[in-house]
Amino acid sequence: MHSNGMAKRILTVTAASATVALALSACASGGTTGDAATNRGPITIWYSNNETEIAWGKQMVEAWNAENPDEKVKAQEIPAGKSSEEVIGAAITAGNAPCLVFNTAPVAVPQFEKQGGLVDLSSFEDGAAYIEARSGDTAEQYQGADAKYFQMPWKSNPVMIFYNKDMFTAAGLDAENPQLATYDEFLATSRTLVESGAAPNAIYPAPTSQFFQSWFDFYPLYAAETGGTQLIEDGEATFNDEDGAKVAEFWKTLYAEGLAGKEQYQGDSFADGQAAMSIVGPWAVSVYKDAVNWGAVPVPTSEGTPAEETYTFSDAKNVGMFTACENQATAWDVLKFATSEDQDGQLLELTGQMPLREDLPTVYPEYFAANPAYEQFGDQASRMVEVPNVSSSVAAWQAFRDAYTKSVITGEGEIPAALDSAAEKIKTLISKP
Amino acid sequence: MSQSTASRTVAGRSTTPPGGGPRRRKHPLLGKNPFGLLLSAPYLIFVLAVFAYPLVFAFWMSFHDYFFAAPGAAVDRPFVGLDNFREVLADPAIIRSFGNVGVFLLINVPLTVILSLMLATALNKAVRFRTFLRVAYYVPYVTASVAVVGVWIFLFSGNGLVNQILGPLAPDPAWLINEDWAMPTIAIFVTWKGLGFFILLYLAALQNVSEELYEAASTDGAGRIRSFFSVTVPGVRPATVLVLLLSTVTGANLFTEPYLLTGGGGPNGASSSPVLMMYQRGIEQGSPDTAAAIGVILVIGVLILAFIQRKLAGGDES
Repeated sequence: MHSNGMAKRILTVTAASATVALALSACASGGTTGDAATNRGPITIWYSNNETEIAWGKQMVEAWNAENPDEKVKAQEIPAGKSSEEVIGAAITAGNAPCLVFNTAPVAVPQFEKQGGLVDLSSFEDGAAYIEARSGDTAEQYQGADAKYFQMPWKSNPVMIFYNKDMFTAAGLDAENPQLATYDEFLATSRTLVESGAAPNAIYPAPTSQFFQSWFDFYPLYAAETGGTQLIEDGEATFNDEDGAKVAEFWKTLYAEGLAGKEQYQGDSFADGQAAMSIVGPWAVSVYKDAVNWGAVPVPTSEGTPAEETYTFSDAKNVGMFTACENQATAWDVLKFATSEDQDGQLLELTGQMPLREDLPTVYPEYFAANPAYEQFGDQASRMVEVPNVSSSVAAWQAFRDAYTKSVITGEGEIPAALDSAAEKIKTLISKP
Repeated sequence: MSQSTASRTVAGRSTTPPGGGPRRRKHPLLGKNPFGLLLSAPYLIFVLAVFAYPLVFAFWMSFHDYFFAAPGAAVDRPFVGLDNFREVLADPAIIRSFGNVGVFLLINVPLTVILSLMLATALNKAVRFRTFLRVAYYVPYVTASVAVVGVWIFLFSGNGLVNQILGPLAPDPAWLINEDWAMPTIAIFVTWKGLGFFILLYLAALQNVSEELYEAASTDGAGRIRSFFSVTVPGVRPATVLVLLLSTVTGANLFTEPYLLTGGGGPNGASSSPVLMMYQRGIEQGSPDTAAAIGVILVIGVLILAFIQRKLAGGDES
């Protein structure tokens, strides 16, 4: 019978192929050795691919390598992908993640931790003490379960309302003292801007469905309205209350009255003159410097909280140390070097982003004196809210975003019911191990 | 005649050894042509590694509590039976995504078949600008979606060219943020973008339709339309089956357009697709097990559709 011979051939070829596949997978496997935590030697790090952070990364690596010829750091930009988090997640799975990534999003940390990809920085003798001494009380928001640190709080971009002074002036508004502190003031100013024809839209946060978009519309205002409450606390969603409803109603009014754009905009609506206001962090100072005559104020609250008491979203990026690293002792030293007072000063100088360091304005008084545009961001950096450090964090944010786009942007249904429904879904999601 | 019979009567000579019964033929382990196996091995390995292994692995994942982990990490991946499928089928957002892709296929597949056949027929007849027109139809196909999406957002936005032409007839809200129009707009976009490839398939098939058939039809009094339906359409049936299958398979894998054109399946999930949901669940949210369950359901659905199409369009004859 021919089928018998054929079966043998298929079996042989399959076995050969499986052998090749296993060999390939063995090549891809990495993993840590038992000595990795105390090993020293060369390491690889990744940093962000934006121009200013590349400049900071290069000088940091150069400074380290000059002093540590036996523990050289090799640095590269994070490989291209749909997002840094996907690239890092894939690298963890493949076992070829670098030792340090200077662009680890806090929202992805619980997932990386679950994957077994992150080193607990508290496991270093001076780990927790160093983090807490540098970042102060802010560090608590970055703790995982059992008060462990699977991320080094590194830098933040506390978001504020940027406004176009020329558009405000064209609309007959006081550009030096904009009326944007309360929801009523903000709405009245927005109506004037649009009705006068000075701006096509008062404000234009991305109205799309990606999970992270709520960090730049709902969340900063919710942080401000509640005086610093996270979206989820103690295993429960917090936003389905009066404060959450107030914030959502405020945005719903902006969309319903055509003061905020509902369509996806290709580009930067603020820089392109499509919106008179934007919610962004200090990274934008250098970007808008020559493009827009801008000013910045804290995000509004229903009652108009004083600027020095207003909270906002941090938009932080941290540093993760990955378990694939074979020389973790060196990586920890590099991490401390990169977050030293001197290197944090370099970061501030070169990028305009705020190191997650306690009392920032008093540590770098010369910088803020020389760069007054950053002063209010330095002050704002002491009142920030981070994304909650919970399991299924991304899924929770997606559940919130889905409810938000439907009830607020599209205006379908009642807001309290939508927030309750999202809160219930999030409770189920975060209760999963 | 079976191969074994043929082998015994090669060139009219019996291969039966003298003085004995029929000897059982020995088959070497690697067959008669081991060199052929060697030549085909790279592709076989490619198919096994890139298609077969992931498919089998995804099927396995869909029945386990699975997540991607670092090599060496101690993780428990227990068998969970149909739990992932139950979770998927109980999620209204995922069910909606399957409905959305159904709407997409209902618009995209017939439109692709009809337009590409009509345009290929016209291009086959065209004498002037033939090359230019063929290239013109093919350019969108080879252009990156990311680049073309920006143009379509400009065309179909509230203040875009399409709405300006339509004036009071323009939908409100605009196309891509309108729950009724978002998916049809994506279907039209994908049809337009892929048309060049399918036109090429039909153009190749049209070269095999004999001119004599058209002449005979003309002699029998058939006009252009009658010739099209009685000669062209039956003549390119194998290509039609291929176009149907390919457009269904690529359409069911819809991802880039809802990801980019409608900003992640908006508005309110009206343009989400199963593959977009797989991306969200599997990659963004770290639940590849539920993503795999979505994928298995999608594969089964596409196989059923392909089977029906082959039956209805006469694929067996091709």
